[in-house]
Amino acid sequence: MRSYSRRFLAVAALAVLTTATAACTTDEPAPSAAPAGSSGPAESAGPGDRGTGAQSKFFVQADYDAQMTMRRAEPTGPADKPWEQSIDPQLIDTAAYKKAAPYHLCFSNAAIDNPWRQVGWKTMQAEVALHKEIERFTALDAEGKDDKQISDIAELQGKGCDVLIVSPNTTATLTPAVSGACPKVPVIVFDRGVETDCPVTFIKPVGGYAFGAEAAEFLVDKVPSGGKILALRILPGVDVLETRWSAAKVAFDSSDLDVVGVEFTDGDAAKTKSIVGDYIQRYGKIDGVWMDSGATAVAAVEAFEDAGLPVPPINGEDQQDFLQKWSDAKLTAIAPTYPTYQWRTPVIAALKILKGEQVPKIWNLPQPAITQENLATYLKPGMPPLHYALCGCEDLPGYPEKWGGTS
Amino acid sequence: MRRALPIFVVLAGLLIAIAVVNPYFLEPPAFLAFVKRAAPLVILAAGQYFVIVSGEFDLSVGSLVTAEVVIAARLIDGSAEATWPVLALLLVLGLLVGLVNGIVTTIFRVPSFITTLGMLLILSGAVFLWTGGAPRGALSPEFRELGRGSLGPVPWSVLILVAVVAAAVYAMRAGFGHTLIAAGDNDRAAALSGVRLARVRTAAFMISGLSAAVAAILLGGFAGVSAQAGNGLEFQAITAVVLGGVVLGGGRGSVVAAMAGAFTLEALFTLLNLYGISGALEPAVQGVIIIAAVALGAVRFPRRRTAAAS
Amino acid sequence: MTQQLKLRRVAAAEGSFLRRLSADQPARAVYLALALLIMLGWLLFTLDGGRFLSQENIVGIQQRSAALGIVAIGQTLVILAGGLDLSVAYLISLTTLVAAEIMAGAGANVPAAIAAVLAVSALVGLVNGLIVTRLQVHAFIATLGTALIIRGVLDARYDGPAGSVPASFRHLGYDRIGPLAVSALLWAAVAVSAWLLLSRTRLGYRIYAVGGNTEVARLSGVRTERVMIAVHVLCSVCAGIAGLLLASRLGAGTPTAGTDGGYDLESIAAVVLGGTALAGGRGGVAGTVGGVLLLAVLDSIFNQMEVNSFAKDVVRGVVLVAALAIYARRRRTA
Repeated sequence: MRSYSRRFLAVAALAVLTTATAACTTDEPAPSAAPAGSSGPAESAGPGDRGTGAQSKFFVQADYDAQMTMRRAEPTGPADKPWEQSIDPQLIDTAAYKKAAPYHLCFSNAAIDNPWRQVGWKTMQAEVALHKEIERFTALDAEGKDDKQISDIAELQGKGCDVLIVSPNTTATLTPAVSGACPKVPVIVFDRGVETDCPVTFIKPVGGYAFGAEAAEFLVDKVPSGGKILALRILPGVDVLETRWSAAKVAFDSSDLDVVGVEFTDGDAAKTKSIVGDYIQRYGKIDGVWMDSGATAVAAVEAFEDAGLPVPPINGEDQQDFLQKWSDAKLTAIAPTYPTYQWRTPVIAALKILKGEQVPKIWNLPQPAITQENLATYLKPGMPPLHYALCGCEDLPGYPEKWGGTS
Repeated sequence: MRRALPIFVVLAGLLIAIAVVNPYFLEPPAFLAFVKRAAPLVILAAGQYFVIVSGEFDLSVGSLVTAEVVIAARLIDGSAEATWPVLALLLVLGLLVGLVNGIVTTIFRVPSFITTLGMLLILSGAVFLWTGGAPRGALSPEFRELGRGSLGPVPWSVLILVAVVAAAVYAMRAGFGHTLIAAGDNDRAAALSGVRLARVRTAAFMISGLSAAVAAILLGGFAGVSAQAGNGLEFQAITAVVLGGVVLGGGRGSVVAAMAGAFTLEALFTLLNLYGISGALEPAVQGVIIIAAVALGAVRFPRRRTAAAS
Repeated sequence: MTQQLKLRRVAAAEGSFLRRLSADQPARAVYLALALLIMLGWLLFTLDGGRFLSQENIVGIQQRSAALGIVAIGQTLVILAGGLDLSVAYLISLTTLVAAEIMAGAGANVPAAIAAVLAVSALVGLVNGLIVTRLQVHAFIATLGTALIIRGVLDARYDGPAGSVPASFRHLGYDRIGPLAVSALLWAAVAVSAWLLLSRTRLGYRIYAVGGNTEVARLSGVRTERVMIAVHVLCSVCAGIAGLLLASRLGAGTPTAGTDGGYDLESIAAVVLGGTALAGGRGGVAGTVGGVLLLAVLDSIFNQMEVNSFAKDVVRGVVLVAALAIYARRRRTA
């Protein structure tokens, strides 16, 4: 045994040595990997605890405040095209990137592994098809792998792109790759951000805090004081979901509601239904359900139905199955959104940049919520159960068949 | 049967522990709800048992479950008339996938780990290619009834589970069961004594495929359409079977114990949840328990599998 | 290394050595398939208006395959000995975090971080090996169990990317020497080390012997338990090295680096694609390198043709099963 392990150490040491020497004799510089530094989100302790646990590490007070302001702000731009609107835009000049058509657009996509990204991706392709001046559109799918997306971004730089659109898989880890690409091609980032301001524009809806707060404030308003709230989250540690919960926590902490449980569902409908069933059994009655995403909202509603109880106030998202259930079962509900129409905006922004028109440095898209009043306008019978109503795709060619619906 | 004893002791212990925290648990409605929840995994474990005891693996059941639910939703599209034909089609599809797994493993001699890993990739890719990336259509209320509804106080899924248990026990008592165990124990000896290995093993894969179809019908019925209905079920089913004292590599263990293993796993999840073990530590506790259980069961059996196909 | 001169008195090891020579055929087959695939790729790229042999594409193929390649080398050793390791994906995630947190953005901490990663991964491998040998738990369950335990640690301790890798260490992930990526050189170094281990040391022969037939190996005096422990430690150390590489690519550690990459099942797929028998005893490192390259070239073609990811899964599944069926056929007719 001892002689073996010594040899392993030797092998390992050999490997390490090779690494070290190889790295030393490098003659090609790294693609300007910007120092990420300690740019992680600030740690901040939460205020009073109402069964909601400690505040998320991801909570950043300044971002929260900014989103709370934006939620109420009036966006500029055409009201019937929210994907072209922006909130409080700080326009920047793009004359330096001006170029004659035809254009070659490139897109590094984090993944298409969930229905939200599917709807968005189809919407983006349809938007590209609208514009004759886009001669070529090259898209690489990183399949949810950071490492592959880094390679994809490097590879796209060799394909003669006029604009590079990036939807990063992870904020921190894609930052070096994006800052490497910035000097070579105008970059547009959307959905998740990166920790550098080198992209020409960063497109995003208002954000996760607004989503979480919208739903939590609805419950605070509708549930009688002292009511028992169950919070259902998909999983911990995902930035866009952490912000949703941390804003809800702020709202619940300053209310007189009692959060009896915060559970993780893994986004699994059966698990969601079981968890809600357990809580109904344990507490006899749950007075409100908060969800960080609507994918399993219908399963949560069914848990109450199967237990023979009225469904308490609940939030979902803009999936068709939830909107349908809401309308059929006459729920007291709200659906904050993270609109899929944001997938149209990067293409529009790319053309603006290539034509030398001004774009906002940070393009904040409006993020409407579906309420009882406007439910009917968003409910689209014939669309698939996991279609997202805020796709902004109704006017695009091929609707509804391309999105899996029937007219 | 002696090997199977520990799992029943563990299961009883877990059930008692749950009842201590939640006395309501042992009353009929709550207990039936627990059995109903466990039913899909128990059925999958029963199917997986047949494959494992014959000396193989089936990693494709998780993605088969997802595929079946997505296919059902698209084909039924909310219509009551389509429900029964589609149900039949799902069962046939499950058998067919098992048949392909079996033929590739036995005739083409691809190790079943790889056959079913390939099948996992093919199924999960193909079904979403067909539906354009996300589920389409809807399940009809009639379809949902099997996983959601009940006959009087007893859920349909519990009744289906009872039927599956009876069928599995019967199959293992019959000649088929004996040849299956013989094939898993020592395939050369079995072949010499006249067992048609390819046929027996293929039948085992078909049973596993069928059980995945039944589990999909129950899961889809219970929770509705989802793009990830079967996520991770293959590893859970294998874990359950192994917890029941069934030896990977084949030839040892009982189907009742395998199903008890699935109940144990489900009881463990319930217990961890009840005791408020944070979501984060849950996998760690699960990991330790699986290793410990298998280690305790395996100490007496140092026998290791030798290359079957070489 | 002087021990290699002491001839193996173990008959079983001799036998497996001869068998291993004949078992080199699958490795040749995978390189043949690789050559065909490269030609196909070149053709498809040209038809599609791209350049297969462009620097970006060649470096891209190396960058995409290096981490998987290193894990697959470790996995090869375990599989040759008749086991398998399902814990590598979570271990990779863990080691990216260990590396990035200890480095904390300072170049001076790099040696400490590397040492810590190697120590952590060797420890995990030791635990795997002990569970498999001392507790008699099948490797499938043992490593699935440790995977769950590591996942619990990750879930409890981390909720997102953590730590930071200094610029000096990022050279490992981003630099290239001409058309050769440093990461690919690291992979080559690991592969050559493993090849030397398998072909030039007593341990190497014993790995084949144990994988060929554990009982025979034991009866002929091989301490099979030590061999199993050794391969598990080596495999985990390879996963640790892959974790270091990923940390340098990502600039930080992330709790999802390993699982998103699917390194557990994908490394096993690459190993068997390279002609190593899943039951152990036959195959080698050369085949695995070919298998990983095959997957990487396939990926590069998928990228050029912009194949959708569902179709990719179907093709990968078919390729995997078809390749194994062909190997099995060759083996029977040989």
